[in-house]
Amino acid sequence: MKKAIISFATLFLAVFILAGCSQKTSSKQNITIVGSTALQPMVEMAAEEYQQDNSGVSITVQGGGSGTGLSQVQAGAVTIGNSDVFASELPGIKASELVDHTVAVLGLAPVANKDVGVKSLTMEQLRDIFAGKYTNWKQLGGKNQKIVVINRAQGSGTRIAFENNVMNGQKMVKAQEQESNGTVQRMVISTPGAISYLSFSYINKDMTALKVDGVSPTVDNVKDNSWKIWAYEHMYTKGKPDKATQRFLDYMFSDVVQDNLVKALGYIPISQMKVQKNEKNQVTPITTTGKEQTNGSN
Amino acid sequence: MDPIREKILKPSKETRQDILGKTLSYASIFLIVAVVLAIFLFVASKGIATFTENKASLVEFLTGTEWNPGANGPNGKPLVGALPMILGSFGVTFLAALFATPFAIGTALYMTELSSKRSQKFMQSVIELLVGIPSVVYGFIGLTVVVPFVRDHFGGSGYGILSGSFVLFVMVLPTITSMTVDSLRAVPKYYKSASLALGATEWQTIYRVLLRAAMPGIMTAIVFGMARAFGEALAVQMVIGNATLLPESLLSPASTLTSVLTMGIGNTVMGTVSNNALWSLALILLLMSLVFNLAVRFISRKGKM
Repeated sequence: MKKAIISFATLFLAVFILAGCSQKTSSKQNITIVGSTALQPMVEMAAEEYQQDNSGVSITVQGGGSGTGLSQVQAGAVTIGNSDVFASELPGIKASELVDHTVAVLGLAPVANKDVGVKSLTMEQLRDIFAGKYTNWKQLGGKNQKIVVINRAQGSGTRIAFENNVMNGQKMVKAQEQESNGTVQRMVISTPGAISYLSFSYINKDMTALKVDGVSPTVDNVKDNSWKIWAYEHMYTKGKPDKATQRFLDYMFSDVVQDNLVKALGYIPISQMKVQKNEKNQVTPITTTGKEQTNGSN
Repeated sequence: MDPIREKILKPSKETRQDILGKTLSYASIFLIVAVVLAIFLFVASKGIATFTENKASLVEFLTGTEWNPGANGPNGKPLVGALPMILGSFGVTFLAALFATPFAIGTALYMTELSSKRSQKFMQSVIELLVGIPSVVYGFIGLTVVVPFVRDHFGGSGYGILSGSFVLFVMVLPTITSMTVDSLRAVPKYYKSASLALGATEWQTIYRVLLRAAMPGIMTAIVFGMARAFGEALAVQMVIGNATLLPESLLSPASTLTSVLTMGIGNTVMGTVSNNALWSLALILLLMSLVFNLAVRFISRKGKM
């Protein structure tokens, strides 16, 4: 019995030591990417494809939220931090230490339950709904139905993007908060009188995507900023990225990813944007085309 | 040297076994105590930082209703009113225990006193099955079944303390039931025999003798159930609505300590006020589980007399 235990323990140790050795001897480059759950699926898929062609690199992609991503990359714990917001917008982050790589654009749209009887709002009405000034859809020409505001969690990237583009400094009404696009989607479909906001890829036929100021939430309308509610997806590195990381980032900007993956997952390719936005939400047209323009805004 | 003398003076194989066994056991104990202490110290130091570093007031934390730790109130201190969450947590916990206890005691009595061996085994496996279901599944069922049910039959949007309590009711039921069964089984056989011999009916025996004798055990079971309900995060978060508002009724969206924690922790940056405030909520949770543990101790000690 004792012998069995000892031999088992030895075997265990041996495995550990061997594992340790193999890690040291292999020349694999490790890239760890942590952060925004909105960006996670896209980076995951890109990383998978990238690793098939580049066996020397091992890429790990994890969620955790924009805050986690930014604080981890700032601490040097990970190679890349994904974020839905500009680093300067998050308290506790020293944006000057980080280099921004905006890889895609995320379009957001207000969505309502199908039965509210309203299909279009003005920006001011939208703002007032989320500020709590309107409480019944009747006040907006819809059904006599209480407005149920569903918000995203405080500090979530999507919420910050929506606040920046819609609220104009006004405080949001205290309301239900949900953790993810998926939950919000389900709740808007099933809750009478519900209103919330979703990224384009989560919008489906079972809900009403509201027009704002007569403009429909479409990809083309985002490109020239006629649809105003959108945000960048950022991949931050601490200082200049090393060679392997830079190569992966280049891959993210390549046509393979931008034209296929980015579009397939409902984002808008960064290269197709006709305008750019800074962290103060000022929009300027892009004069010379090319992705380097939007790359590294800090 | 004399071989016998050598043998006596040298530690034998058995002695070495003894020492090895003790060392292993002490090492495990040491590790566990160290881990528990480390967790406690970490949560406490982070949780207290809200009040020492960020200058939030403790009174406001426990009685304030405005939760927005990233922003400062008119007095220049961060808005960390956690009362809505504290009330929400206690609300769902007590309601769930209130709903579950009668059912749990009834089931336990059936299993120990009234049923045949076979149906007893059947119930046992049903309850074990309930324990094994992951909480995300409970939450999902809550979202698709309980929430619309509450909306249609009680009103409101369906998200709120009542829905949370219903979901937790099912989750704490097996805990309370199985512990109540244990404590009913622990009642000495001769209590029952004596009662029946005195001419008491079966119900009189159950009500006046068995339940009374098992009372401390049943109380312990309820406290354990409440501890489980208090700490449950995912399932509750999915049905309670997560609005950091004082609950106006059982039907208005509310939040619990755990739901705010799970939602916020990924969106805040280590070392900021928002993050520290969440650690303060975690500290409350930790202290409450300590209180539940002490309550169990207290009850079982009283029951022994």
